[in-house]
Amino acid sequence: MEYTEKVMDHFMNPRNVGEMEDASGVGTVGNASCGDIMRVFLKIENNIVIDATFKTFGCGAAVATSSMATEMVKGKTIQEALTITNKAVMEALDGLPAVKAHCSTLAEEALRAALWDYAQKNGIEIPGLEEPKEHSH
Amino acid sequence: MPLYFDHAATTPLHPKALESMMPFLTDNYANPSSAYTPAREARKAIDHARQTVANAIGANPEEIFFTSSGTEADNWAIKGALEASKGKHIITSTAEHHAVYYTCRHLEKLGVEVTYVPVDKEGFISPIDVKAAIRPDTALISIIMANNEVGTIQPIASIGDLGVPLHTDAVQAVGHIPVDVNNLKVDSLSLSAHKFYGPKGIGALYIRKGTPIASMLQGGAQERGRRSGTENVAGIVGLAAALEASIGTIPHEQVRLTKLRDKLINEILSNIPHAALNGPKDNRLPGNVNVSFRFIEGESLLLHLDMQGCHASTGSACSSGALEPSHVLTAMGISHELTNGAIRFSLGKDTIEEDISKLMTILTKSVTRLRELSPLYDDYIKKEGVSWNTLKK
Repeated sequence: MEYTEKVMDHFMNPRNVGEMEDASGVGTVGNASCGDIMRVFLKIENNIVIDATFKTFGCGAAVATSSMATEMVKGKTIQEALTITNKAVMEALDGLPAVKAHCSTLAEEALRAALWDYAQKNGIEIPGLEEPKEHSH
Repeated sequence: MPLYFDHAATTPLHPKALESMMPFLTDNYANPSSAYTPAREARKAIDHARQTVANAIGANPEEIFFTSSGTEADNWAIKGALEASKGKHIITSTAEHHAVYYTCRHLEKLGVEVTYVPVDKEGFISPIDVKAAIRPDTALISIIMANNEVGTIQPIASIGDLGVPLHTDAVQAVGHIPVDVNNLKVDSLSLSAHKFYGPKGIGALYIRKGTPIASMLQGGAQERGRRSGTENVAGIVGLAAALEASIGTIPHEQVRLTKLRDKLINEILSNIPHAALNGPKDNRLPGNVNVSFRFIEGESLLLHLDMQGCHASTGSACSSGALEPSHVLTAMGISHELTNGAIRFSLGKDTIEEDISKLMTILTKSVTRLRELSPLYDDYIKKEGVSWNTLKK
């Protein structure tokens, strides 16, 4: 199993690490018993994601996908943010080993969970966004 | 030079092993079964190697059978014992190497019954449990001599005279601690060359004279008809040379490595908060350190260490959609969270005190950085109401 240079770069130098005090939405997916846990913080203003940070407990791929997903979501509208799929995150990292594909799914789910939290807090409905399911790996 | 802390995975080839192998990798390519001078030389080299291995573990040369690996030796010992007996039951433990564990799991699918005796929180089996598990149809007891993950050295001699054939996987023990088949009272024992500075692809099974074990491979009747296949002459010779070299250094190395091991354990536990030792303090392999770091995941720590030239190993592998925690740590009752953050550092003949200091610098930095990334750590700090600075210390 080998990680691409991009994965290693995002793992060793993760972008957007940290908690966000004034986040508009926070999403946590995964659990300690399955292994990976991802927490994404989004700051949303005028329907645009102006900042994104994360904290992740997990393998190299989990950290790299969190880093990449937060990079990708910044500057996007909410509707555009919904189009960030696990496949898109993987492609942006020049691929992941097959056994690590589930890590990118977690990144997509964490983004959506943070958007859901934002919608809940503001009493709005985001078309195409469903309530995050209880995570069961 | 990388900091190599993965000797339990494999070891560098001993120069004496390489030297002994060279003639059989170059000029002398004869098949030892043939009837001309170079073949007779190859045969003689094998005979000599067999005697060396026998001497090293207190056996007779006719009780040593060369195999392709420790895994093959384990498979043979278990499957061969079943085939040769009327028994349908095996006793093993919950903390075996995969070569024994998955062989038993496989045999269960074929209708064999297996009792997995439990281990305590340090990884020890209880001889009482083993004795209690014996049935009239028990074909074999197989208990690992020294655990590959946590280094626990089992009380093999205490289960050696229960009236049931006893196999031990001594792959991690041979060449590192004294191993004598008569003291251990075992009927079969597996060993592997590359764990004691020999080449990969060669191991051996000791089978006590008179122990019923069916042949592993049918064919040209090599290894006295018990394990066919043209002999790996270079491998066999290299195994013996490495074993001879290792055995000679055991009294000195055991003391030296135990000191280094305990130094590393103590430094980790006193300098890195929320670290826990897995496995026992005593009756542990001299070169084995296994530690869990709370709030971080093993693979990411390994990657971090690797990027800084430090090579270690993890018990868990994030492989198929879920972390697969080490069955050994799980059997010891260690929580899922801690098994995920378990790292094994295994020391060897080239490890020096300076390496421990270098490792500590890298390790402390990496653990701190990964905790900065960890949401579990955030949750912990919030729950405990403690500040970053007190924890970083």
